[in-house]
Amino acid sequence: MKWKITAIIILCIAVAAAWLSWPAKSPVPGRNEISYNYDIRPILSDKCFICHGPDKNKREAGLRLDIETNAKAPLRETKGAYAIVPGSPEKSELIKRITSTDPSYLMPSPASHLGVLNKDEIALLTKWIKQGARYEKHWAFISPSKTPLPEIKEEKWARNEIDYFVASKLQSLHLKHNEEAGKETLLKRLAFDLTGLPPDLQLQNEFIADKSEAAYEKTLDKLLATPQFGEKMAIHWLDISRYADSYGYQDDDYRSQWPYRDWVIHAFNTNMPYDKFLTWQLAGDMLPDAGKEQVLATAFLRNHKITEEGGVIPEEYRVEYAIDKVKTYSRSILALTAECAQCHDHKYDPISQKDYYRLFAFFNTSKEKGLEGLVGSGPAKTPVLKLTQNDTRDLLNFIHAKDTAAVTVSVMGELDTARATYILNRGVYDQHGEVVTAAALASVMNFDTTALPQSRLGLATWTVNKKNPLTARVLVNQMWEQFFGKGIVRSVGDFGMQGSLPTHPELLDWLAVDFMEQGWDIKKLIKKMLMSATYRQSSGITKEQLEKDPENLYYARASRLRMSAEGIRDMVLSSSGLLNRKIGGPSVKPYQPRGLWEAATSGRGQLATYRQDKGEDLYRRGMYTFIKLTVPPPSMIIFDASNRDECLVSRQKTNTPLQALVMMNDPTVLEASRVFAETLVKKNINPENTILTAFESIICRKPVKKEMDLLSNYYKDQLTLFNNKKELAEKTIRAGEYPYNHNSSNITEVAALMRVINLIYNMEEAIVRV
Amino acid sequence: MEKEILEHGLNINRRRFLTSLGMGIGGAALGSLLVPDLFGSKNAEEAIATGLPHFAPKAKRIIYLFQNGAPSQLDLFDYKPKLHEMFGQDLPASVRQGQRLTGMTADQSKFPLAGTFFKFDQYGEHKAWISELLPHTSRIVNDLCIVKSLYTEAINHDPALTFFQTGAQIGNRPSMGAWLSYGLGSENKNLPAFCVLLSKGKGNGQGVYSKLWTNGFLDSVHQGVQFSNGENPVLYLNNPEGMDKAERRKMLDQLAALNNEVYDEAGDPEIKAKVQQYEMAYRMQTAVPEVTDLSKEPESIVKLYGADCLVPGTYAANCLLARKLSENGVRFVQIYHQGWDGHNNLPKELAGQCLDTDQASAALVTDLKQRGLLDETLVIWGGEFGRTNYCQGTLTKDNYGRDHHPRCFTIWMAGGGIKPGVYGETDEFGYNIISNPVHVHDFQATALHLMGLDHERLVYKHLGRRYRLTDVAGKVVTDLIA
Repeated sequence: MKWKITAIIILCIAVAAAWLSWPAKSPVPGRNEISYNYDIRPILSDKCFICHGPDKNKREAGLRLDIETNAKAPLRETKGAYAIVPGSPEKSELIKRITSTDPSYLMPSPASHLGVLNKDEIALLTKWIKQGARYEKHWAFISPSKTPLPEIKEEKWARNEIDYFVASKLQSLHLKHNEEAGKETLLKRLAFDLTGLPPDLQLQNEFIADKSEAAYEKTLDKLLATPQFGEKMAIHWLDISRYADSYGYQDDDYRSQWPYRDWVIHAFNTNMPYDKFLTWQLAGDMLPDAGKEQVLATAFLRNHKITEEGGVIPEEYRVEYAIDKVKTYSRSILALTAECAQCHDHKYDPISQKDYYRLFAFFNTSKEKGLEGLVGSGPAKTPVLKLTQNDTRDLLNFIHAKDTAAVTVSVMGELDTARATYILNRGVYDQHGEVVTAAALASVMNFDTTALPQSRLGLATWTVNKKNPLTARVLVNQMWEQFFGKGIVRSVGDFGMQGSLPTHPELLDWLAVDFMEQGWDIKKLIKKMLMSATYRQSSGITKEQLEKDPENLYYARASRLRMSAEGIRDMVLSSSGLLNRKIGGPSVKPYQPRGLWEAATSGRGQLATYRQDKGEDLYRRGMYTFIKLTVPPPSMIIFDASNRDECLVSRQKTNTPLQALVMMNDPTVLEASRVFAETLVKKNINPENTILTAFESIICRKPVKKEMDLLSNYYKDQLTLFNNKKELAEKTIRAGEYPYNHNSSNITEVAALMRVINLIYNMEEAIVRV
Repeated sequence: MEKEILEHGLNINRRRFLTSLGMGIGGAALGSLLVPDLFGSKNAEEAIATGLPHFAPKAKRIIYLFQNGAPSQLDLFDYKPKLHEMFGQDLPASVRQGQRLTGMTADQSKFPLAGTFFKFDQYGEHKAWISELLPHTSRIVNDLCIVKSLYTEAINHDPALTFFQTGAQIGNRPSMGAWLSYGLGSENKNLPAFCVLLSKGKGNGQGVYSKLWTNGFLDSVHQGVQFSNGENPVLYLNNPEGMDKAERRKMLDQLAALNNEVYDEAGDPEIKAKVQQYEMAYRMQTAVPEVTDLSKEPESIVKLYGADCLVPGTYAANCLLARKLSENGVRFVQIYHQGWDGHNNLPKELAGQCLDTDQASAALVTDLKQRGLLDETLVIWGGEFGRTNYCQGTLTKDNYGRDHHPRCFTIWMAGGGIKPGVYGETDEFGYNIISNPVHVHDFQATALHLMGLDHERLVYKHLGRRYRLTDVAGKVVTDLIA
């Protein structure tokens, strides 16, 4: 039996591999011209560049295949031969090597463990050389431009430009888009995507009742304008900026970076243009008119972990903090894996070690120290921004301080005399090489030192220059992932040679250019996406779609997306009526299984024991849950929240039994079920309607008859059970600290309804935005 | 085909897999379950075709007894009479060779050598030196492979621990257990493939961090599941008050019916997967309490591990639990025991730490052996670095402390295809390695090798780069393999 299953699995893997290679290898089926960017570079990058690419220290035989002139020049070690002879694959050493059966001659060499090239790859390379072996600049390093909208058959379906690009691709793949989703579904989708909360019953009724053509747009605008929009959007940026409430290393004491979190929410809510949003975070302190808000934004660069461990060598850590800044900047804003060039030239992308340290130099001149003090040396480290009560009352009133005491935040600030930056050999902090000056990555776009200051402000200006080929594309792609489930470039953090290719390159470019033309307006960008017919499709899956496009790369349907960890908590609290809608302020400590902090602590610092909050603080949104880096909140991690250890641009979505255990047994879910049941029973409506209300509040649609029958029968069954055993009802409803609101005459009804509600919370659809 | 493609395919095409398999393998619960156990595969070509395992393994499972904080090798295994002769004298500069020091002793003007206060004797076939602090360990010496020549690059706890567990000092990389779960999958369908147990001694402690059992960029099903000492051995495992097993079953049946109803409408295979996750959770609710219940252990076992093994959360209890988990097919059990960071009062603290751990560590090896499991289970004992031969702070006749020392330290391994004996040698000062150095990456490569995995081929492509547990280095130490 085991072997039979194994065989099936292997077969499936083969099928899966075929599927995986399909979109990347031939974006336009039937196209005869081989494209270097789309067909050839992915193969060369993955199989060849590691030894014949940008890294000069690992380069074999002096051959570079990433540079055209070098690839077509006479080979140094094989006299009279050429790696590539345009037009003549049979004369090209490259083809001879990849097709050889002699292990000592074969490429990639068996020792590299890279595996041999498959038939399709060999055929592509052969054809490409036959066609003249034309090279192209890497797609992501060419500035985007708007192409004319493609002609499509489905003009009636299209609602805006997005749909033209999507329809055109669907047409070429012979896929048919879905119909528009029902109103209940659309509302749930809009509400979760824009606010992270389910639509309440009032909004549901209003939206269903509004039969006008404008109902959708009206609701969309309304949701975009709620303060919950900023909270929802901030979560992604807090993952990027690795925001947390502790220092992260070892003793892992408390730090107070939360005003930065409140600023991010505020920035999204006031629709701060993205260029300004970035400039403040990268160099707010250096702006000519810098106020406290601009300085606060630079906490973006200081959210990294900070050591308070006694024995460390300070310089080692100071360098480490700058390395983290480079990683965060390049991964999240440029979608480049520049960190690979910390120890050696990048093996795939045109980023030399020198380029890396020139970028590093921007972040190497701040006042911060590698080790400022041991545990207990304060919740912010030099340079520190102090926010007084006056600040938070007046100008910075989006910061929700809990009391009148001043709050300190670790921010950026430059040394009076600049520190020299060296190339660090092998990336080791004290192995100084050549001195370098600051400059941005030249392979992305030239950094003109005559026009730009060699400071973080110069870097920020370069970053948001409209000619920068990456900044707008990267943000558009991140936003697309938020609303469509995956990026147009699936490797959201890597637009380099090893990253995925865009599934819809013209669409990505059109949106990126439009985004800049509209003044880097994030709300407008989001509205464009959400108004499209593509977004509004139903998520029903046909067999044909599942066969042809299992991953839904081409959007013939909407994707069903599992909610984020925060989203699941918020959904439970909101639908049950428990949610405390307060925005911002110090993070809170809701219920957490006992003993977790205590088991892992050294015993030092404020966070050695978990002191759970009381009352209203138990019902704050998930984004306010206290993040202790060494023991992050378990129910969040179980649902794939970032551990905030480093910059994260895209979360995984897994499906595990631990998630089932949380939904069944977490006191938060049980308490919400209980409180919701008490509220509904108190209203004294009949059980059918009670169940209906619960279902609509949680699932955001009306149940079908079969569902209703099932739930009613379960209710009756549980009611009988509790009526026979009242003490069981008493035990059952003991969940959470929220004050009880039942009496001895209705306790069995409450308990039975609580079970039904908990069942609804456990439905797959409850935690999915359909 | 590379393993990463398999994983990738499993992730991305889970929908397709679940439908095509008809959930035939007892639920695709932990993702590792999607990868059937190919242990013992005779067909090398096929193994390579799927990437698992790369060759015939010697060990099926690992139990790693991590002594967190760094035990002193000079007081336990690496006997140096020279340090007695030169007690109080300065460490010669010719020995120190300008080696970098931690911030705690970098400013010391003197480095007075401190010979151990504890008696050493030689034990077993290989005449291994072992301290009087480890009487139980000395009795199992013939099963042990004692490596005296481990060395690391890190000199502080956090980076050193992270280095040992993930192969890199800093960064969000997968830990060893996660790599094994990823590489070999699960051996059972009711328990996670990678379990973590924590305990704490009375000595100067250093915290542990969940990143030490992180899945990093691997799928989160490979994350270590921390077992706690409280009522819930696995977080959120227990049903709430008033919900018994029969009622839970009833609830799950209703839930499956509801979810299937939605599936018929929406057609998303992910819904079917969800139903299976609930079934796996239900099975865990039975399996985990069974395996964590130590109360039914016979008296002989309690005697073997020591009475502490009945006190939840102690090192002894965790060793016993580790054996049970391992016996039930858990691929990697990671124990962390805190309290070894003897900067100031080392003799007293070390004695306490040994009292808490010596018997149970030895008992685990003995117990596995008597069950016939030692051959297929690799047991590893050790810390993140060693300790200095000179005193931190003031050396007195009845006290000394030792700072961190990355240049040499001792670990031991038992079972799982390891060759018993003593390997590697340090100089007479116990400061530098003079023969057979073993880098942390070599150690990792060797452990993976014993599990049937080639450390250069167990790779995962993330953000365009292929990552390995051993980063870009490491070689299998064949001398350590039986």
